[in-house]
Amino acid sequence: MKALRKILDNIKPHVEKGGKFSKFRSTFDAFETFLFVPDHVTAKGCHIRDSNDMKRTMSVVVLAVVPAMLFGMWNVGYQHFLSIGQEAGLWENFFYGFLKILPIIIVSYVAGLGVEFIFAQIRGHEVNEGFLVSGILIPLIVPPDIPLWMVAVATIFAVIIGKEVFGGTGMNILNPALLTRAFLFFSYPTDMSGDKVWIADKADAFSGATPLGDALIGDLDKLPSVSDMFFGFIPGSVGETSTLAILIGAAILLFTGVGSFRIMISVFAGGWLTGLLMNVLAVNSYMEMDAYYHLLLGGFAFGAVFMATDPVTAAQTKRGKIIYGFLIGVVTILIRVFNPGYPEGMMLAILLLNIFSPLIDHYVVQGNIRRRLKRIKVKA
Amino acid sequence: MKEKESLFSPRNLKSLTGPLSAGNPVIVLVLGICPTLAVTSQMKPAIVMSLSVMAVLSIGNVIISLLRNTIPPRIRIIVQLTVIAALVILVDQVLKAYVFEVSQKLSVFVGLIITNCIIMGRLEAFAMANKPWPSFLDGIGNSLGFGFILIILSFFRELLGAGTVYGYPVFEKIGLYSTGYVDNGLMSKAPMALILVGILIWIHRSFNKDLIESK
Repeated sequence: MKALRKILDNIKPHVEKGGKFSKFRSTFDAFETFLFVPDHVTAKGCHIRDSNDMKRTMSVVVLAVVPAMLFGMWNVGYQHFLSIGQEAGLWENFFYGFLKILPIIIVSYVAGLGVEFIFAQIRGHEVNEGFLVSGILIPLIVPPDIPLWMVAVATIFAVIIGKEVFGGTGMNILNPALLTRAFLFFSYPTDMSGDKVWIADKADAFSGATPLGDALIGDLDKLPSVSDMFFGFIPGSVGETSTLAILIGAAILLFTGVGSFRIMISVFAGGWLTGLLMNVLAVNSYMEMDAYYHLLLGGFAFGAVFMATDPVTAAQTKRGKIIYGFLIGVVTILIRVFNPGYPEGMMLAILLLNIFSPLIDHYVVQGNIRRRLKRIKVKA
Repeated sequence: MKEKESLFSPRNLKSLTGPLSAGNPVIVLVLGICPTLAVTSQMKPAIVMSLSVMAVLSIGNVIISLLRNTIPPRIRIIVQLTVIAALVILVDQVLKAYVFEVSQKLSVFVGLIITNCIIMGRLEAFAMANKPWPSFLDGIGNSLGFGFILIILSFFRELLGAGTVYGYPVFEKIGLYSTGYVDNGLMSKAPMALILVGILIWIHRSFNKDLIESK
């Protein structure tokens, strides 16, 4: 570490204002603050909850994703060897998945950070740290055998259109990782879902969607056991199959206070209650499926824990967060059950509510103002 | 008596060339977005659409300009609409007679030229207050500006969405598909057209700084 610090200190004078390479100041700054706790953290301000640098908040999220990612790698190998009918050991499974996933991670980081660095240089601001999280989330929400150039194109699109045009990290109205997935989903539907994807003898690897696909056509008997779904021994996008691994991540986020428990709980509540409502209506077999299955299937848990809680695109007020989360759960189940075109509703539900979250906040704030004004009038 | 203005005086020329860039109806005034999104997934319909709008707008401008002193102000909008509607029906018949396939592809959007706000806007804002010749030039200029954007959009959407340019399979000929390239389905959907219009506005404004609104 000390040697690293020395190198950085040696470079520093050259990139300071007036130095030879002052053009690259933002690039240098990005690496310096990534490696070391910067001395210029925000000290005060009405929006500050603690004086951590953004990068460290992001690091916690990356840490929380790791269990889901490691399990996802293992599961990719497990599903692979299962489909070709071979037994394989723990490390063999993991290594196979690791080799499959690693290129996607690299491509997503190179493409996304490349765009971020270019924009930071042109606009002369610091490199935003938001992509550290998006870059690790993107590989986890795509099918494992997605062509790498598609990941690159989608990531570049999402970072430019979803983030940079709005002013960079913290100004985006849509979650960049989900936007990447949405772009892939609508641009290259055959590579994202359907029979062609991944393991041939499994019907549908989209979004953990062998189970989801089965549920959609009412084939409830084909659903895997609850424990399989909970632990994640099912095909699907890389990081979302294991509800257990995701819950470990959720625990890390909640313990450090990075993720909002209001959003997480209300997403699950919204999904579960809508599932129960479907059970009451129950006009087809999909509606008769036990409500808690919805929470285990597909990307529901992953979306609830890592996507919906994105502090930038979620609602900001406490009551707004509950409404926001609850509606995500509701809309997800509605899309899943009533729209045969889109087996997985989580992505669309979160993106939709991302757009609505400023509106929700607006009315929560207005309601609060009105209530307090009333109190004043009564006293006076 | 006032001196007669020459046919291509600077003022007249400006009404012809202005709409191409600084006064572009699509990317500056953001008018006529509906056909811009709807018919630009391929080049052929886009070009036919541009020509149809050009015919309706230039002739409509001339007719309204000729009538401008006799139209009672109160009912001017309905008179303009009648003129536009009559012209659109004519255009529709011509398209059906000569380019039937394209007219099928354009379907309702030919009829919807009536509601194209560029046409209403130019009739109301320009033809009602100017002589026939400048109005004619204004009509040509604005429909050129409209068509220019339509053709740019449709070029990229058709190339990236279907791999063809004006129906010619470019990507197939250069063997791009054998490298694993897949056409981008989002390109042929309307939302992507809206995003592309946004990108065009972005590029256009970065070259024309005076168009950027102050905060």
